[in-house]
Amino acid sequence: MAAIDISSVGKIYNGGVRAVTDIDLDIKDGEFIVLVGPSGCGKSTLLRMVAGLEAISEGTVKIGDRVVNEVEPADRDIAMVFQNYALYPHMTVRQNLEYGLKNRKTPKAEIDARVAEAARMLEITQYLDRKPRALSGGQRQRVAMGRAIVRKPAAFLFDEPLSNLDAKLRVSMRGEIKRLQRRLGTTSIYVTHDQLEAMTLADRLVVLNGGKIEQVGSPLDVYHTPASTFVASFIGSPAMNLVKAELQGDRLAIGPSQISLNGYAPTSGAVTVGLRAEDLRVVSSAEGMPFTVEYVEELGSQRLAHGLVGDQAVTIALSGEAEITDSMRLSIDPSKLHFFDAETGRRLDVRAPATAVAAVAEPVA
Amino acid sequence: MYRTKFSDHLVLILGSLFLCMPVVVAFMTSTHTAADIHMNGLSLAWGDNFIATYEKVLTQKGGFTGDITGARMVMNSLILGVGFAIGKILLSMMAAYAIVYFRFPMATLSFWVIFTTLLLPLEVRIMPSYQVMSDLGLLNTYSGLIVPLLASATGTFYFRQFFKSVPEELLEAARIDGAGPFKFFIDILVPISRTMIAAIFIIMFVYGWNQYLWPMMMTTDESFFTLMRGIKSILQVWVGSNIPDYNEAFALAVLAMLPPVAIVVIFQSWFIKGLTESDK
Ligand SMILES: Nc1ncnc2c1ncn2[C@@H]1O[C@H](COP(=O)(O)OP(=O)(O)OP(=O)(O)O)[C@@H](O)[C@H]1O
Ligand SMILES: [Mg+2]
Repeated sequence: MAAIDISSVGKIYNGGVRAVTDIDLDIKDGEFIVLVGPSGCGKSTLLRMVAGLEAISEGTVKIGDRVVNEVEPADRDIAMVFQNYALYPHMTVRQNLEYGLKNRKTPKAEIDARVAEAARMLEITQYLDRKPRALSGGQRQRVAMGRAIVRKPAAFLFDEPLSNLDAKLRVSMRGEIKRLQRRLGTTSIYVTHDQLEAMTLADRLVVLNGGKIEQVGSPLDVYHTPASTFVASFIGSPAMNLVKAELQGDRLAIGPSQISLNGYAPTSGAVTVGLRAEDLRVVSSAEGMPFTVEYVEELGSQRLAHGLVGDQAVTIALSGEAEITDSMRLSIDPSKLHFFDAETGRRLDVRAPATAVAAVAEPVA
Repeated sequence: MYRTKFSDHLVLILGSLFLCMPVVVAFMTSTHTAADIHMNGLSLAWGDNFIATYEKVLTQKGGFTGDITGARMVMNSLILGVGFAIGKILLSMMAAYAIVYFRFPMATLSFWVIFTTLLLPLEVRIMPSYQVMSDLGLLNTYSGLIVPLLASATGTFYFRQFFKSVPEELLEAARIDGAGPFKFFIDILVPISRTMIAAIFIIMFVYGWNQYLWPMMMTTDESFFTLMRGIKSILQVWVGSNIPDYNEAFALAVLAMLPPVAIVVIFQSWFIKGLTESDK
């Protein structure tokens, strides 16, 4: 158990490729941190620098209160779970679990006890004498987790451990990882490009983009107040609608339609506005924005209507029974709008006006 | 589903006859006496001299000095074949391990330098090799027979390709599990290479077993003669009115075939796995 302190860490690969820039991250003891971002944003690189598999080009990484920049992976007191499991194919499950402990000269009785405990926790006791080849993907994943658990390390590092599993198994393994981490209270860093996985697992979410931290925060914080258009479009499904708009005093012009803001305008001039699909509502009054539907996706519990407001693509999420016609009118509670700088894409904060309370209490439709 | 027709079987039967007949003829002929063969030529029928011929070949002391038996030659060939195969595997695994897993200056260059030795078979460098062995005083020794043959890239090349196909994460998992370079090699790389090792063992054993030119140059002492030389020397005694011992030559040839065949049959399943399936 230990805190991990990452300060001003950067990585330049041989040949001058810069993969990670100036990462500062304080991970508390027992915290579950998820690194999320699109492919190639440097998630694995950062994780592997913590693991010691990749040299740290800039900055320092501390595990507990020891700077580990020059420490071998085996001596960093971490355990890692890989995407392709990386089990030793010629060893039985038991030998796989034992190998790290044997190399550390753990007494035999202690090894047996720990293996038995981990196997029971992961329900792989009946497979202990099989080779990994004779296990299903999900079972292999459990063994890989077991190999991490038996070591009782200060931190678990996961690099996309679930992406080789089918959708259903992924959901159940996700729950299991979360439960195990809770129970063991071990500090964990988890890499994924799946925003749903990130949202459900994380105590704190770290959104990376192009090797830099875009935002750090609890899943709900990140969801409700994305720090940039990048985060807004990455977190949440369906992705947040981002449309170009113009602030004119207290009114927002999206194409030809106007929305009254009730004092929620952060600035004036051109902005990018973020509208969550589920915050948009269909209204009958002529006040709403005209919306032409192009096609509908049925998700069972939800219907997603994709279409245009003016000439900008917008998606709305409606309940399963909602009726959808070719052209509808939409409205949104002004407090649910997200404003971003049209140039930089950074969030523009709105100071809630005194009148806002009234506006929320009295829905437009 | 495809139903096998008579003509399919015919083609296969003809093919196997074509491959098997020379061996059968050699074996059958070896059971006749030399004089018989000299008069009647090759034979497909069982002769009555089987025991006498094979006993003589295996136990009778022959050669100019008269102290080399067939059994001794089989033994020498085995030492050459097995020694060569094992030495080759040890050397080439270690070389491939260094090339694939360690970053040292000019690693790629050294691989290609090793690789180009493929273009220079022993026959090309046979005179300098002889000179070196002679200067080292290794003529007429088993080391002298084996060592110069070891220096070629085939094994290194195969193992390099194999190691490169081993997933990187296996090494990383082992590093995190506290295995150093030596432990990783012994505990993980060698066991997962075992089918590859079996395949290379067979190939190298047969190669060593079949060596002819090098043992002939290297060994003047008859107690180091290999089977291949023995067969040749029997047919060299065409002097005066002597009839060459055809039957003995055929018997030796049959004997020479047995160990490679045995090895292939025994290791067959491993061999095929090693060449086709990667067990990772
Ligand atoms: N060994 C390497 N040498 C040079 N560049 C590398 C190396 N490994 C990764 N990179 C580069 O560093 C950047 C970050 O790579 P990284 O593997 O960390 O991405 P990632 O976020 O894990 O992506 P993914 O989700 O696809 O796994 C990429 O642009 C990649 O091309
Ligand atoms: Mg990655």
